[in-house]
Amino acid sequence: MTDAAAAAVEAVLARAAPEPASLLPVLHAVQEALGHVPPEAAGAIGHRLGLSAAEVHGVVSFYHWFRTRPGGRHTVRLCRAEACQARGAGTLQAHAERRLGCGLSGTGAGGVNLEPADCLGHCACGPSVLVDGQPHARVTPERLDAILAALEEKP
Amino acid sequence: MTAPAVYVPADSTALALGADAVAAAVAAESARRGVAVRVVRNSSRGAFWLEPLVEVDGPSGRLAFGAVSAADVPGLFEAGFLAGGKHRLALGPVTAIPWLARQDRLVFARAGLDDPLSPEAYLAAGGTAGLRRALALPPAAVVSQIADAGLRGRGGAAFPAAVKWRTVLETPAARKVVVCNADEGDSGTFADRMVMEGDPFALLEGMAIAGTAVGAERGIVYVRAEYPQARAALLRAVEIATAQGWLGGDVLGSGRAFRVDIFQGAGAYVCGEETALLESLEGKRGMVRAKPPVPAVAGLHGLPTLVHNVLTLATVPAILAHGPEAHGRRGTGRSRGTQAFQLAGNVRRGGLVEAPFGLSLRELVEGFGGGTESGRPIRAVQVGGPLGSWFPASQLDLPLDYESVAAAGGALGHGGVVVFDDTVDMARMARHAMAFCARESCGKCTPCRIGSTRGVELLDAIRREGPGGGRMELLRDLCATLAGASLCALGGMTPGPVLSALQHFPEDFGPRGAGGEP
Ligand SMILES: Cc1cc2nc3c(=O)[nH]c(=O)nc-3n(C[C@H](O)[C@H](O)[C@H](O)COP(=O)(O)O)c2cc1C
Ligand code: SF4
Repeated sequence: MTDAAAAAVEAVLARAAPEPASLLPVLHAVQEALGHVPPEAAGAIGHRLGLSAAEVHGVVSFYHWFRTRPGGRHTVRLCRAEACQARGAGTLQAHAERRLGCGLSGTGAGGVNLEPADCLGHCACGPSVLVDGQPHARVTPERLDAILAALEEKP
Repeated sequence: MTAPAVYVPADSTALALGADAVAAAVAAESARRGVAVRVVRNSSRGAFWLEPLVEVDGPSGRLAFGAVSAADVPGLFEAGFLAGGKHRLALGPVTAIPWLARQDRLVFARAGLDDPLSPEAYLAAGGTAGLRRALALPPAAVVSQIADAGLRGRGGAAFPAAVKWRTVLETPAARKVVVCNADEGDSGTFADRMVMEGDPFALLEGMAIAGTAVGAERGIVYVRAEYPQARAALLRAVEIATAQGWLGGDVLGSGRAFRVDIFQGAGAYVCGEETALLESLEGKRGMVRAKPPVPAVAGLHGLPTLVHNVLTLATVPAILAHGPEAHGRRGTGRSRGTQAFQLAGNVRRGGLVEAPFGLSLRELVEGFGGGTESGRPIRAVQVGGPLGSWFPASQLDLPLDYESVAAAGGALGHGGVVVFDDTVDMARMARHAMAFCARESCGKCTPCRIGSTRGVELLDAIRREGPGGGRMELLRDLCATLAGASLCALGGMTPGPVLSALQHFPEDFGPRGAGGEP
């Protein structure tokens, strides 16, 4: 962990109530700041919240949302639940994997994390994706290409 | 005269279909033409097949246009849409659109009317009437209203709400908690999301009513991480409601306190199970707890805790405001009130259909839905989320109420209905259900943790080599073990989608070459 990352973790911890129930909010804030939850941060987080580093690791690994390795600058969450499958999510996934050159949970071309999602709540208008927190529905392979092209222009 | 209003929904499905660009185009085009308009970001009425659905005020109610893209906006101005001019996207008066007119909206009565974060609009549409009424009644009388309405939990288990309220009320404790389950993990469901984004004050009001009834001063909403827009709307709504005095230290001048916190989930389906959710709120892995004790007796940090789904709580203000009969006279048998059916998947006219319990699956998927969007025949419909059963096209006359769906071997669950056409491979869907169970298992029970992985392997073998070699018997044994030896419905109900697929579509369970996803 770099000094800057450690400082970011400290800043998050300084704002948190020092109790175990703060763990998920803290992990979200750390991931928000750094793009992932560095495993080396478990000690400091646990120390502040009254947990062991092992307990912190256990929680981080339980939840699909948290990543422990640095990824790319952008995250595309692709819904693969039934309602989107009924509307071509399989084809969209194959296209995304080909275009980004990575599988689900990987990081592909242009620093884009491709994450699986189980339902994004746009089930009448699939397939849907969540791109850096912005929802897109009725996503054809062509529309996904346009979305990815727009990402490349962003920092 | 104030500038005419143009309504463009800010619901996240509408956003996903380009509503922000439409709103920006309306503003730009009106500026270019020097025509003053007021762009109102309302919520969605749930007719997602028409989103972005733009509305303007007309002489006799609002006029609708849909589905509108940003590129259509100059043409709408050109056609004089503000004055009801003719345009190919014109749908006439919005409330006369048959798909909406045929619904019976109790919980979603306010959906799409106005800016969901406007306290004035909320009050004008009857908001806080339920809470005022509840504060004027003794707690036990509020619980009686819920009992008389016949309200059952909308999260999946359909347990009578009043029984839980009474338990929390009668369990002595210095502190109690109301927890709103907004984890909405089921595929094909979005009604909770629509409430949070489209009528968040109603949810908060329902929580406050529950709090005053059971003696809790604290409420927590557990929102799934996949819903950033819903979470943002709730955070704003809590701020505004507190500033209005609807929440806080002195709720509507009653001297009673009720505060609400918003908590973000982290992508674990099992955290929708109420005890796993409480573990998660305590900062732990989402492991399901053994019951007893039930949360109503010892829940969050051991305190008596009332856990309810978003829809259950959002139904409460209407029950208090209009009386329990308004809710109780709708529905059929022991399924009282309306159900927010969520029509999804391969369907032409998908979205939120609120109707009394008892609507038939056919009325829903053919009547409202208009069949598949692909135009191919309907082959299979999954009712009740990923743990729900599959129904073939021959069983569309099934009435959708808790008892009828259960009698047909399924579960209505949270009301999600997902339609598939005849290209679906049902063995693959059965595999998907097993793989989902394996991936989302909390790990406490061996059949769910290990058995589900065996189930995936078995289904792969069946798809590769066919049902012989004792594989089918093994699969059935495994399902029986899952159904019988699981602590919660994740393991316990995974056999539903697997066995119903097998029962209705045996022809799909044979050698198919590939194996494995997709
Ligand atoms: C695996 C699993 C997932 C669940 N997911 C949800 C959910 O996302 N939302 C929900 O309200 N209830 C969910 N439930 C049901 C809850 O355990 C609980 O019954 C419900 O929150 C109670 O609220 P209600 O009485 O208003 O329905 C789930 C149950 C199980 C077993
Ligand atoms: S059935 Fe599965 S998810 Fe439910 S408690 Fe057992 S292991 Fe956990």
